[in-house]
Amino acid sequence: MARIVVDPVTRIEGHLRIEAEVNGGAVTDAWSSGTMFRGIELILRGRDPREAWIWTQRICGVCTTVHALTSVRAVEDALGIEVPTNANLIRNIIGASQYVQDHVIHFYHLHALDWVDVTLALKADPGKTSQLAESISPWPKSSRNYFKAIQDRVKALVGSKQLSLFSSGYWGHPAYHLPPEANLLAVAHYIEALEFQKDYIRIHAVLGGKNPHLQTYLVGGMATSMDPNEPGATINPERITFLAELASKAQAFVDQVYVPDVLAVASFYKDWFGYGEGLGNFLSYGDYPQGGVKDPARFYLQRGAIFGHDLSKVHPVDPANVSEYVTHSWYEYGDGDQAAKNPYQGETKPKYTGPKPPFEHLEVDQKYSWLKAPRYQDHPMEVGPLSRMLVAYASGHPDVKPAVDAVLAHLNAPATALFSTLGRVAARAVEAKVMAGQVSKWVAELGDKLGHGDLRIHDGEKWDPDTWPKEAQGWGFHEAPRGSLGHWVHIEDKKIKNYQCVVPTTWNAGPRDAKGQRGAYEAALMKTPIADPERPVEILRTVHSFDPCLACAVHVVDARGRRFTQVKAS
Amino acid sequence: MLPLNESFFGALQQKGVNRRRFMKFCAAMTATLALPPRYVAQVASALEKTRKPVLVWLQFQDCAGNSEAILRSSNPPVLDVVLDLLSWEYHEIVMAGAGHQAEAALNRVVKEEKGKYLAVVEGSIPLADDGVYCTVAGKTALSIAKEVCSNAAATIAAGACAWYGGLVAASPNPTGAVGISEAVPEAKVINLGGCPQNPANTAAVLVHYLTFGELPAVDQYNRPLFAYGRVIHDQCERRAHYDAGRYTQEWGDEGHRKGWCLYKMGCKGPQATFNCPSVRFNDGTSWPVKAGHGCVGCGGYNFWETKSPFYERLPNVPGFGVDVSAGKIGIGITAAVAGATVVHGIASAVRDRMRTTPGPEKP
Repeated sequence: MARIVVDPVTRIEGHLRIEAEVNGGAVTDAWSSGTMFRGIELILRGRDPREAWIWTQRICGVCTTVHALTSVRAVEDALGIEVPTNANLIRNIIGASQYVQDHVIHFYHLHALDWVDVTLALKADPGKTSQLAESISPWPKSSRNYFKAIQDRVKALVGSKQLSLFSSGYWGHPAYHLPPEANLLAVAHYIEALEFQKDYIRIHAVLGGKNPHLQTYLVGGMATSMDPNEPGATINPERITFLAELASKAQAFVDQVYVPDVLAVASFYKDWFGYGEGLGNFLSYGDYPQGGVKDPARFYLQRGAIFGHDLSKVHPVDPANVSEYVTHSWYEYGDGDQAAKNPYQGETKPKYTGPKPPFEHLEVDQKYSWLKAPRYQDHPMEVGPLSRMLVAYASGHPDVKPAVDAVLAHLNAPATALFSTLGRVAARAVEAKVMAGQVSKWVAELGDKLGHGDLRIHDGEKWDPDTWPKEAQGWGFHEAPRGSLGHWVHIEDKKIKNYQCVVPTTWNAGPRDAKGQRGAYEAALMKTPIADPERPVEILRTVHSFDPCLACAVHVVDARGRRFTQVKAS
Repeated sequence: MLPLNESFFGALQQKGVNRRRFMKFCAAMTATLALPPRYVAQVASALEKTRKPVLVWLQFQDCAGNSEAILRSSNPPVLDVVLDLLSWEYHEIVMAGAGHQAEAALNRVVKEEKGKYLAVVEGSIPLADDGVYCTVAGKTALSIAKEVCSNAAATIAAGACAWYGGLVAASPNPTGAVGISEAVPEAKVINLGGCPQNPANTAAVLVHYLTFGELPAVDQYNRPLFAYGRVIHDQCERRAHYDAGRYTQEWGDEGHRKGWCLYKMGCKGPQATFNCPSVRFNDGTSWPVKAGHGCVGCGGYNFWETKSPFYERLPNVPGFGVDVSAGKIGIGITAAVAGATVVHGIASAVRDRMRTTPGPEKP
């Protein structure tokens, strides 16, 4: 028996530590720990709810924009504000383009190196790489000379002995199975994807001023003024043309590079449709309103829950059924750590009881993480693209169902293959494809509104805090790239009284609960094969398939009974 | 200083970077650094003689927004920065290795490149409760920062959190978060304020360092003057509307649609210094004020406390008299405004400091 520790888990956002027991070449138990805490909700108390989005957006710079959107929705829910159609459209464009950009970065820059051995690209025949590329896609950058130049660049890098970011990889590991040509193709697209993501995200710069950390949300709408005849307006015909061009290029990249690459890589690693199964419970709040946030039936991506791998039934979702445990988290509840609490009653009192740093191992039978353990009706749930695609698939979504079926047919795999490490990778690619198309549609719709003189972007009726009730509570939600995100806000006397966030990676990376039920990562790591405990690339494969974001996951704090340590000298 | 014994341009050529592209890049760099065009040749020549130095990027109590920002770097493209300009040997968010192998990569740099490598820090460092609020590989952020930054040739604090604690240190600062200068006083630090920092400026600092072997000139907050030397309001594309008294009064109104001044919507541009209006973000595409929302002053010290509430109009603007709105002045007395605004810029810079909790001042 061996205890493996992976800390830092890299190619993720934030600070994640995995400890795993390995017996007979496979994982027999696993613990997921978030090792960083900031306490952003506490910092929000007493501040103007209209600017909470500016603060909460800084929960995460990878999932930038998602906490901003969720925050304005929470305050709008509390104050009974319905935003104009244009504001909804602009928010949908921002959110959907965030999926496309984030999923592309995830596959190429955060996940690919678990499947691709960069050094093997040197052994590839550029001519055969060209043939391979042209057999799977019409993407024009596919000549022998193109791949030769990429190979030369890798050669120069390896020859320089300054391998930069690639210096510490698990190169030569027996779990890498791609032929040299596929490795070279992947390296070329790693580089192209870097260019793509920065070009594409100019959609956010137009509509948000900058990315990361967009700056145009407003409680009640958006600050992106619209006018068909004004060069000074944020959205005018020239900008719509620009957005449409970016959206169309993204569709081409996703269809001709990202999706074919995922299918190609997956075809060499089909055994990974058998690993990383996880919980079998999936949650989606649903998102992308086409009426308003109060009309989930018309969301582009459906709201629902699936339990026990049963795709024949999609259960309704009520945020009142969300609760959080701290039994194995470095917090304590006033009335004991065994019961869970709904976020409206959320109480979080940080209490670190772990080993004093520097340490070798966590005390995993006690408290071992800065993440709480969220549960839905007391069930641990997986959230993210796989959950959304499964809920949509099981609900017969007109765009998602055929896209998923096409992938399954290509890989000659049944729908149950989706409950796996590679299932998450495939679901993310399908989602990027579907949402890249939606960005184009919503941009066209926005252009249409502009052309017809519908220029409303903000409902200012409740902008002035004097119009607010003395007390109000609201729930905001978003299906962020990594899954279901909820903010709960309590406003009193025009100020934030309490603020709670339950975020995607808390669902996925959270620890055990009072009943000892594992979180999603912990469950998915069970039975993962480990060829070399010193170089556990297999653990990275499954953990990365969730696209971890720990900054999002750990931020919760509540002042009740909290001891404050003011270290900063004044 | 960096040893200038290997041809950096030679290395670039090997990697397929031709001279034309290289000169274009140098021109962009001198533009950002506000150097006259004649420096292009000098920058180019200096870069050609520079060997490829090592950089490590540390992430502590961060949101990775500064890492993401550098991924959006377009001139130079990020891969040129990471592979060609430097050897980027530790950066958790994108590096190939994990766990022990990642730790070993960092330890090797600290040991073998001692005194020669650059460190970038992103995120604050928690000092409360023995630093348990941020650990990597079982070690506290503070212990890692001390070891890495005190042995670095220079440390770049990327973004507000690494500079002075940022949002994490905002009241009540639950984790006792501080910036790198306070955590490791012996480190030689340059601060790139902003939330996040603008990658064009970060690239320019790196190139300046590679070109001249030292960090660029800084202000009293150790921020590079080329990026933080001018008030946003003075560079703003909506400035003419301010001078003419044309204001956005409500979100989405006629003034808003016509791109009029956002001062009345809470814009902090008159009190903030940064080069956003000229450099912009995401390949020069836009910046918040162009996109229709006020500036929050994110490049300034402790902006989370001193510039919020973000939707409140700047009160009692010095030089304008109590409760005399800038609008009233702007309507008739253009000349007076021009004079007053100069005073205003200086006065607000002073007020900025007066409102600020004194930080780790290293003038």
